[in-house]
Amino acid sequence: MSRVLRSGLTLAAIAAVCTTLVAATWHFTVERIAANEQAYLEQSLAPAVAGIDYNSGLLDSKLLIPQPHALPGSGDAAVYRVYRDGEPAAALFVVSARDGYSGPIRLLVGIGAGGDIAGIHVLEHSETPGLGDGIEASKSDWALQFAGKSLTNPVAARGGWAIKPDGGEFDQLTGASVTPRAVVKAVKQTLIYFAANRDAVFAAEVQE
Amino acid sequence: MSFVKKLKSGLWDENPGLVALLGLCPLLAVTTTFRNGLGLGVATLFVLTLSNALVSATRRWILNEIRIPVYVLIIASLVTCVELILKAWFPALDRSLGIFVPLIVTNCAIVARAELFASRNGIVDSIVDGITMGLGFAALLVVIGAFRELVGTVWLLAIVPPGAFFSLALAIAAKNHFDRKQQMHRRLNMPNSLRQS
Repeated sequence: MSRVLRSGLTLAAIAAVCTTLVAATWHFTVERIAANEQAYLEQSLAPAVAGIDYNSGLLDSKLLIPQPHALPGSGDAAVYRVYRDGEPAAALFVVSARDGYSGPIRLLVGIGAGGDIAGIHVLEHSETPGLGDGIEASKSDWALQFAGKSLTNPVAARGGWAIKPDGGEFDQLTGASVTPRAVVKAVKQTLIYFAANRDAVFAAEVQE
Repeated sequence: MSFVKKLKSGLWDENPGLVALLGLCPLLAVTTTFRNGLGLGVATLFVLTLSNALVSATRRWILNEIRIPVYVLIIASLVTCVELILKAWFPALDRSLGIFVPLIVTNCAIVARAELFASRNGIVDSIVDGITMGLGFAALLVVIGAFRELVGTVWLLAIVPPGAFFSLALAIAAKNHFDRKQQMHRRLNMPNSLRQS
């Protein structure tokens, strides 16, 4: 057998063995991985609906809002809606603030059916550790100040929806104002979108 | 070589990160916390041991020309398996390690041990080599991770990327300092007759 043929056959055999190994591992992990991802999504959505009384599945009624839309961030936006006995209870918007210090900040904004914020939760960001990362729930309580706020509390039209150095009513973070400013702006924009599209958001059919 | 001797060589004398300076990309990137260091360290240890075992087991049939593609196949498959296992049983760790789990593929420490050791030695020796070298790399990740996490609470520089370079430099300096001290010590304790020659 020539060396070339022998090399080719050896490589093919090893590739087959390796592929089988990967396929077998995939087969034994695929269900657990899917379950984990589902659980993680639910777990990360939960803080944004704290205090909301609902009895529909958190992940059951996802809605994609295609471009163009007035929500913060580019690309399609996702909304998870929850209901209490069929009546709208809250909407969870997954949006991204694009004017942070570095890269987009993926953000979850939970808004009760009445227009008050149930909670916000930062899903993903690459802000400076020790400064801007205070928006993360695990790093500081900064994000808690949004609970219960709405477009009329503080009054958005009078500039209340801004950080304190900009004349608004929201705290900034020590040493970081760009990151909180971006988050406040994105939350405000989401509230404005919700106010204008509330009924359409809750009435839309689930897409598969 | 006895296991203890190999262990000392992996952890200290030939430490893949500290002496050979291999696998610096993951070493510098994920060592922001003790937990991350330990997670990636154990994952690398696992891949290194298995890849050494497989490379050693197949070394008789592999022609010299195709040995590198074979290493790549073996290592890439093992890493994919490790990634799937992490995702299934340690999802939180997988999320915090992120892209650096698949990037174990590119850790030169693994290819280096396959080429320098496993392809020339028996399977048992290769497994021992994988374990000891893997432990050495993991120990360094853990030490630097713990150091950066600890210092980072009072000094931000330790956590940001430049802090990784400083921490590694400190670790290497400390090792060299210690080695030199020991060498001097040994020289001073030598009998006079030897010292003069």
